[in-house]
Amino acid sequence: MQRPMGRLLRVDLTSGRIATEDIRPDWQRDYLGGRGLAARYLCAELDPRVDPLSPANRLIFATGPLTGTPVPCGARYMVVTKGALTHAITTSNSGGHWGPELRFAGYDMVIVEGRAPKPVYLYICNDHVELRDAKAYWGQAVGATEDGLRRELGIPGLRVACIGPGGEKLVRFACIMNDKHRAAGRSGVGAVMGSKNLKAIAVRGTGGVEVAEPAAFMKAVWAMRAAMQDHPGRMAFTELGTAATIDMTQAFGGLPTRNFLAGQFEHYENLSGTTIRETRMVANKACFACTIACGRVTRLDPHAPRHLVNMHPRNWKRAGEGPEYENAWALGADCGVGDLDAVIRANWLCNDLGLDPISMGASLAAAMELYERGVIGDDQVEMPLRFGSAEALLRMVEATAYREGFGDEIAEGSKRMGEKFRHPEVFMGVKGQEFPAYDPRAFQGMGVAFATCNRGACHLRAWTPGVETSGAMDPHTPAGKSEWVVIEQNRTTAHDNTGTCMFIGGSGAPLESLAPCTAAVRGIPCSVDDLVRIGERTGNLERLFNLKAGLTRADDTLPQRLLQDAHQSGPSAGVVVNLDAMLPVYYRERGWSEAGVPTREKLAELGLASV
Amino acid sequence: MTRMLDIVPDRCTGCMQCELACSWVQTGSFAPSRSLIRVSVFDEEASYAPITCLQCDEAWCMNACPVNAIAVDPATGAKRVVDPLCIGCHLCTIACPFGTVFTLPQSGKAAKCDLCGGQPACATACPTQAIVYGESPQAGRWFASWGAKVDRNFVAAGDA
Repeated sequence: MQRPMGRLLRVDLTSGRIATEDIRPDWQRDYLGGRGLAARYLCAELDPRVDPLSPANRLIFATGPLTGTPVPCGARYMVVTKGALTHAITTSNSGGHWGPELRFAGYDMVIVEGRAPKPVYLYICNDHVELRDAKAYWGQAVGATEDGLRRELGIPGLRVACIGPGGEKLVRFACIMNDKHRAAGRSGVGAVMGSKNLKAIAVRGTGGVEVAEPAAFMKAVWAMRAAMQDHPGRMAFTELGTAATIDMTQAFGGLPTRNFLAGQFEHYENLSGTTIRETRMVANKACFACTIACGRVTRLDPHAPRHLVNMHPRNWKRAGEGPEYENAWALGADCGVGDLDAVIRANWLCNDLGLDPISMGASLAAAMELYERGVIGDDQVEMPLRFGSAEALLRMVEATAYREGFGDEIAEGSKRMGEKFRHPEVFMGVKGQEFPAYDPRAFQGMGVAFATCNRGACHLRAWTPGVETSGAMDPHTPAGKSEWVVIEQNRTTAHDNTGTCMFIGGSGAPLESLAPCTAAVRGIPCSVDDLVRIGERTGNLERLFNLKAGLTRADDTLPQRLLQDAHQSGPSAGVVVNLDAMLPVYYRERGWSEAGVPTREKLAELGLASV
Repeated sequence: MTRMLDIVPDRCTGCMQCELACSWVQTGSFAPSRSLIRVSVFDEEASYAPITCLQCDEAWCMNACPVNAIAVDPATGAKRVVDPLCIGCHLCTIACPFGTVFTLPQSGKAAKCDLCGGQPACATACPTQAIVYGESPQAGRWFASWGAKVDRNFVAAGDA
């Protein structure tokens, strides 16, 4: 039996030393858990200037106090490290069953340091922790690794977080996959794991999660469940999944198409939530304790072209998961591919090979733009990288994961690729990380959210299209956006720290209903203001890390294409992102200097003066 | 007609809320590994199936118990373990053809679904009504086709 939060596992791969430690209670008080707590450890232990792929980097897996409890969607864990793609702090979130299993085994965090001399995997079964040889799994895809580990260890209930070939080959946007289809996706956390020669962390836990005040806790949980049950947001997630968003972004001209050259995609209906549900989906799938079940289990159309199903028998499987909205966009609209089967197949390949589908699709779109403009010729690529080519999409996903041919260039991410071919303008992202599926020209708020996000362009830190399309704000003007983004970032960060999924916010259970749960699980009063303050503290801490890592105000910017070139047609025609108007307001709202540095007063107020 | 747990696997999303609820009510901790209902996951078939005690009419666990520690609850008809009598011999766990009787590590005694005395926590917790507690003529109807196959292969062959 353990207290609500308590122990961490420290694994030094270089020496093979494994130790448990008590989590510092003062940091737990200040950061709650998850993203913030891990960031605090990272800031304390890591020189921010190190190369992310060097043994000096740390890789932290952190759960929150609500992970593994019956709180709806209490399934999340965070991977915190210095990102291979961004060279900034990264905080990649994943659901599934791995995070809860880690807590059932009795650990709230795992800190991985050093580099193993040969490929290993970490096996955790309650108090038994050991590093085992992973020779048999090195080079294997995600599904095969997970199945293989279950067989080898003989534990059907084993939960596995692992990297695929992408992480092993240090693809800069490789992700860490758990439960085969759930990804701690962005910023290249998989490459960091690969650089450490750590193939997988396999966990089995037979203990439980302790709750300080069970009666109050269950009452708060049931209040959340009741609020979510008939909420239209929850029902939409269950019915159509995240891909429902595509109708909205298309309608506002904010669905970036062909590497952001257009704001609307002519085949968007092929990729919509309704189409996926009606033609390809076989079941909803939930993460641990999730009452939404937005996950889509899909099968390909049995009449899909043969090249889709016969590409590579080693990766073929019968039913898979996805696509989510972001993936449908990145592998679909952004590459101009309107063939749903090709997009689903590419999504499965990304899952199985351990690649982030957003950066994969966006980097390929940048390569396609280079090809269409004649910058890269037919002698450099094995097949024409034309926009809309399903064959190129499927082949390049694989080529990238194994770094074959031109895939080796794409594997560096579109920023490095664009610079190499002397066309840096094809990179559509911030801080080295490609944009997700919202065109900031149609949603100004996303512009400042992308520019200021601590881990590069990311839609999960502040999501503005909801309020911008509700009629409360004009999506094309900067007014009120920075203020909203600051509030939203603080709230979302607090949410991440608790270990719950941020979708519960849109499903009728905002931070207000999470506060009583957090209070009851720890037995310490916790108000919404406390949570927001924890979120703000975490955001500022991450910012400090980035500043020490050498990032400056100049990195809080957007590509010229968004700042100067407006769309020619559609609902967002003629609009560019007015970042110059939003960024100073954002800094002011944050209590930062004009150079984007948190002021001494702000840091003192947040208790960060000593960092 | 007695009320029983009717499980509809097609509605299950694999969220494990039932396991959490069961372990909480039965053992006082949020520990799915101690749950008396288990969700079987078949990822590549896109299938999830919660399975717990079917409360057999003629219960093998009851027949196997050497000390009569499994009794019928008069209120619900559930077969439940009488804790003070159980000697932890594991015979019931072996006898059950469905693998739904467990031994709890803390006490070393048998544990099985007792329908929570008439208010099954798993059915309450299930967000998709994949587990329904109610009057049903056909509890475990999802077993029907499998049962027919067993009959065909073994019972009929044995009779002939």
